[in-house]
Amino acid sequence: MREVICIVCPRGCRLQVDETSYAVTGNHCERGADYGAQEVKAPTRTLTSTVRLTGSHILRRCPVKTNGTIPKALMLDAAKALDAIEVSVPVHVGQVLVENLLGTGVALVATRAINE
Amino acid sequence: MKHYQLIVIGGGPAGLAAAIAAWNAGLREVLIIERDQVLGGILNQCIHNGFGLTHFKEELTGPEYAGRFIDQLAQTGVEVKCDTMVLQLTQDRQVICTGPAGYEILHAQSIVLAMGCRERTRGAIQTPGDRPAGIYTAGTAQRYLNIEGYMVGKRVVILGSGDIGLIMARRMTLEGAKVLACVEVMPHSSGLTRNIVQCLHDYDIPLYLSHTVTDIRGHGRLEQLVVSEVDANRKPIPGTEMIFDCDTLLLSVGLLPENELTRMAGIEMDPRTNGAVVFENNETSIPGIFSCGNVLQVHDLVDFVSAEAIRAGEAAATYVLHPGEGSGEVLTVGPGLDVSYTVPQRIRPAQAGAGVEIFFRVRRVTGSAVILVRCGEQVVAKFRREHMAPGEMEHIRVPKALLPQGPAHLEVSIEEAAQ
Repeated sequence: MREVICIVCPRGCRLQVDETSYAVTGNHCERGADYGAQEVKAPTRTLTSTVRLTGSHILRRCPVKTNGTIPKALMLDAAKALDAIEVSVPVHVGQVLVENLLGTGVALVATRAINE
Repeated sequence: MKHYQLIVIGGGPAGLAAAIAAWNAGLREVLIIERDQVLGGILNQCIHNGFGLTHFKEELTGPEYAGRFIDQLAQTGVEVKCDTMVLQLTQDRQVICTGPAGYEILHAQSIVLAMGCRERTRGAIQTPGDRPAGIYTAGTAQRYLNIEGYMVGKRVVILGSGDIGLIMARRMTLEGAKVLACVEVMPHSSGLTRNIVQCLHDYDIPLYLSHTVTDIRGHGRLEQLVVSEVDANRKPIPGTEMIFDCDTLLLSVGLLPENELTRMAGIEMDPRTNGAVVFENNETSIPGIFSCGNVLQVHDLVDFVSAEAIRAGEAAATYVLHPGEGSGEVLTVGPGLDVSYTVPQRIRPAQAGAGVEIFFRVRRVTGSAVILVRCGEQVVAKFRREHMAPGEMEHIRVPKALLPQGPAHLEVSIEEAAQ
């Protein structure tokens, strides 16, 4: 049994996860069960950061996120990879900036509409 | 003098939700005044995810959450003045502001106060030592990094375990800084547990509870911090000093509601929350002026800010469209044992609808406990909780049928179950 604190929502349930069957107890929702099992199998996280923005007279950075979770071990490498990315206005929410970030199969998308 | 049915002061999450709710409730002359160049408030720099799980049933980043409301606002006829600073609010609901349109005096039938918070600074917590560069509030560093695109340092210590500090520990790490420690004077964290896990544990950043900064050293730029353990009275214990070589100290030591305008208008304040005293519908001591969001009480989650602001916006609409319904007996509400404050502080049972929601924070971490609402010696209502902590706002809904008749005082306290 491994204790995992759930990070899916602010409630922060203390999950007990069986390391062989991945059965989860202590969760108050289905998402918690999924999270607990995944955290013991292979932990993943969503990366949020910013990339260089050109053409705006108000902003210099465009906020971005991975459109899904990526392996936790790749977080620092993925953050570094964003240094090379640039986007210019107009930007819309959900606009795909990288289709497959570091071979994870997960896209990097913009999280703010920037028109000027 | 231009007239409105409602002026909302502040275009962050509270102001946006209040204006949209008032529009949806039937008001047609609504203005939002925002001092920044754009709407969205602090959400614009909160680029991390975790917002919206309650309100939108999905996980969003701060800019996405704000964007949803900004898009909704664009579907209404609500007028917006950005880059505009309110200088004064008067008792008779005049709003004096200055912006691209110059100096203006506006008037409204109702006002929603949604100015939010600013951060407590080094001065507010009286840290000792030198006065070098490299000491920032966590939110200022967040703005530099996420909006302006500047790194504020390479070797970082965070004082205070508030959520913004925890989020910045991860953010600075991802951008290549070394975060050496997070130091918290209390024996428990003031941030959400999930943030301790995903911002500190994930990156092996130690959290020192019952510790504080006891010396700051540096000439020009911060060079060294001394951190000491504190005793139960929060006094540093000699001999426990640890030295950190670092160039940056981020302060995440609490938020202060920005209530200068509220005080100027002569609105009754609650010294416990540093916010206005409000009734069950978020109305302040001046009829027609409402308060919501972090300027009323510091929230943990923006979803709860939105919910509170929607109630305030709807109440403002009711005040304008159905005047004269604001009377009746008044109950007062306040904190008892191990509770630090309550919002609201006043209840008019006649206006309470089916029940009243009361928000509060506990003073200490508890296991299984009951929340008691007392009127004198009599227990009016009881609510069970498995776990409570000062970092997590609690709320209870007291059914109208349980509210006492006539003027009375309700006290909210907690009692931990015997082990």
